[in-house]
Amino acid sequence: MTRYRAAPPETLRIVPLDALTLIYHRASGITHVVDAPVPEMLEALGDDDLSVDQLLARLTERYDLLDADPLALAIRLDELVQAGLVERL
Amino acid sequence: MRHVAHLQIGPAGFRIGSDWRAPIAALEELYRDYPKPEIPDFNVHLFAARPWRRFLRPAIHIGGDFTIPDAAPLPLAQGLLAAEMGMNLQMALAQRRYLLLHASAVERNGKAVLMTGISGAGKSTLAALLMARGWRLMGDEFVLIDPATGLAHAFPRLISLKNQAIAVARAALPEGRFGPLLPGTPKGDIRHLVPDVRAIEKMAEPAEPALLLFPRFGFEAAERPVPPSEAFVRLTQASTNYVHLAERGFDALTRLVRSVPARAIDYPDTDSGIALVEVLSEAAL
Repeated sequence: MTRYRAAPPETLRIVPLDALTLIYHRASGITHVVDAPVPEMLEALGDDDLSVDQLLARLTERYDLLDADPLALAIRLDELVQAGLVERL
Repeated sequence: MRHVAHLQIGPAGFRIGSDWRAPIAALEELYRDYPKPEIPDFNVHLFAARPWRRFLRPAIHIGGDFTIPDAAPLPLAQGLLAAEMGMNLQMALAQRRYLLLHASAVERNGKAVLMTGISGAGKSTLAALLMARGWRLMGDEFVLIDPATGLAHAFPRLISLKNQAIAVARAALPEGRFGPLLPGTPKGDIRHLVPDVRAIEKMAEPAEPALLLFPRFGFEAAERPVPPSEAFVRLTQASTNYVHLAERGFDALTRLVRSVPARAIDYPDTDSGIALVEVLSEAAL
């Protein structure tokens, strides 16, 4: 089972602005402007290593998810892995 | 280089070298009241690509610490424009101390109004007319944000007026000192306006950003608040060195958009533009 972990907090600067959140990724020097559910995903991952299903369960518990779709979440996680904001273990 | 001028504009010192006398003479006349730097921060070179091009159909290439390869040269008659473009180029590519925003700015009571937008949005025109109405001009092209303090630093180079803005500024500033008319430049007709005495005397004084405006000229009068995230994205596009400054740039810009209200303003003519800026400034300053 593939597991995911948020990039170490010291490598990210997360600044919520309004509807959107800024994430400065220190390793690449790239600024990401992200919408929900990205900040929520990073927060839900916290310091833990989670599978897609575990993360989905945690997000469902904390937020009103309209469509709890594991495939959509996996795709979103892969995008974050590409950006360096999440590590695939 | 044969001909050299030294200029201090805000926190930036320039050494401008030229193969020709004329651009340096124009700079020395228009910048005669500016201080000279002890040690220049930036070098600008105005040079002929081939020795004979100093005389035969003279064409000015712009270089210095940084050069844009293959940039089209300018005719000698536009030497002043070449010098100004050369200074802008070095600032845009080599400035590392401050976050550089492509914006004009005016100050009153230590508070700055920053106006940014694409070419033709009216940055320079609004700044010139606000100067005529008693504001301190901080700059018509670049504003420098200090990442350490969040303060805006002035860069009051010559105000670059284009096309219809030339007559508008002449009418508003009948006593103003203007450079020669430069017809047929890549941006149309250009005429430079020397910032007033106060703008030059106070150019080392920073100001606290208090209002961010995104003006657009030529539209029905309208205004709307700009949320911080939109202001952030637009200012990263308006900054030439945001990426180079890395986390210092991120800090400076997030601080700016979180602490300063931002509004987009559309205006059909300069009178209504000025009125809109002054009403919004009343509320913010």
